[in-house]
Amino acid sequence: MAFNKENNSYTIAFAAIMVIIVGSVLAYLASALSGKIAENERFEKQQNILYAMGVNENEGGGSVNFVPTDRVEAEFSKYITEQLVINGDQITQNDEAYLIDLKKQIASIKKGETAELPVFIGEKGGNKYYIIPMYGKGLWDAIWGFIALNENMVVQGVYFDHKSETPGLGANIKQRYFLDDFIGESILSNNQLKGIAVAKGNNDPENNIKDDNEVDALAGATITGNGVSAMIRESVNLYKDYLETIRVN
Amino acid sequence: MALLSKKDTNLILDPLADNNPITIQVLGICSALAITAELQASVVMAISVLFVLGVGNVVISLLRNIIPTKIRIIVQLIVVATLVIIVDQVLKAFAYELSKTLSVFVGLIITNCIIMGRFEAFALGNGPWKAFLDGIGNALGYGIILIVVGFFRELLGSGTLFGFKVFGDPVAKTGLYATGYENNGFMIIPPAALIVVGIIIWVQRSRNRALIEEN
Repeated sequence: MAFNKENNSYTIAFAAIMVIIVGSVLAYLASALSGKIAENERFEKQQNILYAMGVNENEGGGSVNFVPTDRVEAEFSKYITEQLVINGDQITQNDEAYLIDLKKQIASIKKGETAELPVFIGEKGGNKYYIIPMYGKGLWDAIWGFIALNENMVVQGVYFDHKSETPGLGANIKQRYFLDDFIGESILSNNQLKGIAVAKGNNDPENNIKDDNEVDALAGATITGNGVSAMIRESVNLYKDYLETIRVN
Repeated sequence: MALLSKKDTNLILDPLADNNPITIQVLGICSALAITAELQASVVMAISVLFVLGVGNVVISLLRNIIPTKIRIIVQLIVVATLVIIVDQVLKAFAYELSKTLSVFVGLIITNCIIMGRFEAFALGNGPWKAFLDGIGNALGYGIILIVVGFFRELLGSGTLFGFKVFGDPVAKTGLYATGYENNGFMIIPPAALIVVGIIIWVQRSRNRALIEEN
């Protein structure tokens, strides 16, 4: 062999060249694909918001079916009539409110700074839907979602998603049978805004009781379920002042 | 001439049974426990590992004569991580739905000890074609166990296969549930996978006594 593989300077040179090659390949790929990826993420947010207010392609009791990406922008502007940004006492209209990253806003609230909280108002069949975003922590990483409420603070629909919950266990928070349990639940308890908890052993597996602020938990996913409960509670708390203004009873 | 010589065929067939990465080499147990509650997740993971191990083994094998021994583990890690990130980014751009299903597996693939194990034990000492066959063979051996475990855990734990209700509806008490049958909730949690893998090892060793270690 022409060179000495054990030589220190060879090792360093090899490492440096490898880093440069791998780094440039990944950087090139990331910048070449970033536009397409950003577009996919935008469509996904619109699909999730529409899903929460019941605009989707669900059939029967099976799987989650979003509005297809080629139609989602048209449907989004059709059903979402207003996009508001709440900044302290000020509420302004902003047609790009759905692009606000709630994670960053929650971080700035924790630092004591002002935050911009988005709200989406949808209209379908004469009913109004107030859709608020949620962001929290599951077992392994972030979980997030949207919850659609009416004026009586009754849930009209939810959508949850997660970054890396366990497949088959915590990852099932985005399955129809879990999402559908939330529909019709009230977030009020004793006339106070409370939220909805994911509860084990609430003796209501078919979810017939709609005012107990509880839905049935997923087996084997206790911590993800607790994360969902905490996320809903914190989001309701975050939007408390706004929700009090739209509440009718 | 046949496409695969006898030796080459063994590279693929050995890891399927008598040198199985999970049941004999006891590698990759962590992912076998974590993601086999549903059959679909098992299949997705099996296909992902097939791809990464097949391509990764070839890349490491091509580089085997120029990789400095001192940093070979880091180089192997970089190769796996780069492959996984490239696949992840391309899927995010062109098959977004699929990438969302796979995103959970990315971390599990990078840290899967079967992949590092095959790079270290085989690809560093053999040519690309052999390394490719070894990668495919081991990934298939891993995938088969994952799918078997996933099959039993989903069937007994949730009464479904690929989400399809095999035994009837547990809430409405139809089908088998009408006779008083209940899903075994224990099968959903990870320790159940350990028991299923244990049973597979037991069956395998009682069929082939040569596999039993001497104490």
